[in-house]
Amino acid sequence: MKVRIDVDACVGAGQCVLAAPDVFDQRDEDGMVVLLLEEPPAELEAATEHAALLCPALAIVVDR
Amino acid sequence: MSETTVDTPADLATFPTARDSGCPFDPPAEYAELRAQEGTPALACPVGVDARVVSRYADVRAMLGDPNLSSHAAPSTHVVAGGLLDRPVAPGSLLNMDGPGHARLRRLLTPEFTVKRIQAMRPYVQGLVDDHLDALLARTGPVDLVADFALPIPSLVICELLGVDYADRDRFQEQTAVLIGTNSDPAALEQANLEVVGFMTQLVLTKLAAPGDDLLGRLIVRARESGQELSVEELVTLGITLLIAGHETTANMIGLSTLALLRQPGQLAALRADPGLAGTAVDEMLRYLSIVQFGVLRQATGDLTIGDETIRAGEWLVAVLSAGNRDESVFPDPDRIDLKREATAHLAFGYGIHQCLGQQLARVELQEVFARLHQRIPTLRLAVPFEEIEFKNDALVYGVRALPVTWDREEDDR
Repeated sequence: MKVRIDVDACVGAGQCVLAAPDVFDQRDEDGMVVLLLEEPPAELEAATEHAALLCPALAIVVDR
Repeated sequence: MSETTVDTPADLATFPTARDSGCPFDPPAEYAELRAQEGTPALACPVGVDARVVSRYADVRAMLGDPNLSSHAAPSTHVVAGGLLDRPVAPGSLLNMDGPGHARLRRLLTPEFTVKRIQAMRPYVQGLVDDHLDALLARTGPVDLVADFALPIPSLVICELLGVDYADRDRFQEQTAVLIGTNSDPAALEQANLEVVGFMTQLVLTKLAAPGDDLLGRLIVRARESGQELSVEELVTLGITLLIAGHETTANMIGLSTLALLRQPGQLAALRADPGLAGTAVDEMLRYLSIVQFGVLRQATGDLTIGDETIRAGEWLVAVLSAGNRDESVFPDPDRIDLKREATAHLAFGYGIHQCLGQQLARVELQEVFARLHQRIPTLRLAVPFEEIEFKNDALVYGVRALPVTWDREEDDR
């Protein structure tokens, strides 16, 4: 699994951090998304996909 | 904007607002009919225009995620008879702004609401909830859980967030309670409105002169340092927006969800046995109750597609959040409360660029209430018959007007 983020689209809702805290974080200075793991391990794939689903700005793209 | 190719049931020409199904927690029964029929019918709204009503979960997300929408008449003006659809948008009015202006302002605020920063507020919220429970438990006789618990907690959280001096918090809380309370008479409401605006203006001026380590202080510094200085007017409007958005919604959720859970002893027992359930329970109750009860109004600024239909520029649209949250294709057995349900993808906080900025704070407040209220008062129950509870049927944010409760006191156990 490969993850891409679109920081320009991000609205800082924080849904991804709640869903997959090992994969996503937020920048302190503006709350925008930070990708911690570009290729999450198998055990985090489901949470990563859920984070992508939750994102209200479609700022997370998951390629399998 | 009455042109529509969609057949609507003969009796459904106007936007339904009445909850006449018998269960005060269920949205108007017609919302299920709307979900079941094809397309997005144009229905007459109390404000005086027809709006395309979007009721299915996937369609609500498609709509609110579309860039060709304006929020200028948001949030729920469609149900306000005599409401103004073309009122100029006040600077700093985050809920009504669009495009780059909205994005700029939201980005100045988002660092205040990150998961990390809100988690850091959890101990403060815990203390606040415990203090209020201590005060309740020290009393005898029934209490109104709305006035003495649901209203003050979010109000004091906002005070903490905005950096209101401790000495001013009682006054602030009194006035905001009048402002939010639907029992308030018009003169008191007008007076409270003036006081809150005056209070916020004074607070903004104080923070501008000496920005402290609080939301307003940091916002002022952040804006200055990035060359986007905010005016007094913008800051006051923002402050009041945060106050109303964070207070009324959370307070109503506390009151209404407590009542709904008291009616579901099995679910409540599970929560009492395992306060760790509060995490999923909060999102499930947000979904189930969907207190922004009539949904949110938008206007198309360009053509957009929802399902198989094209909506034309200029048309009005309503995303019925409560209808999407009862969509059985996404939430099986949607009219049932299941505190273990994974419901985080609900629409109660909206969707798209305007999705609730304060949602993490709301979650923390509600989680602490859910986890602590029933632990500390395990015999909590209504002090009046359920039929006597008054619901805010006409308010944009649904809730109960008062919630008289009582419990078994320890000395009663002798």
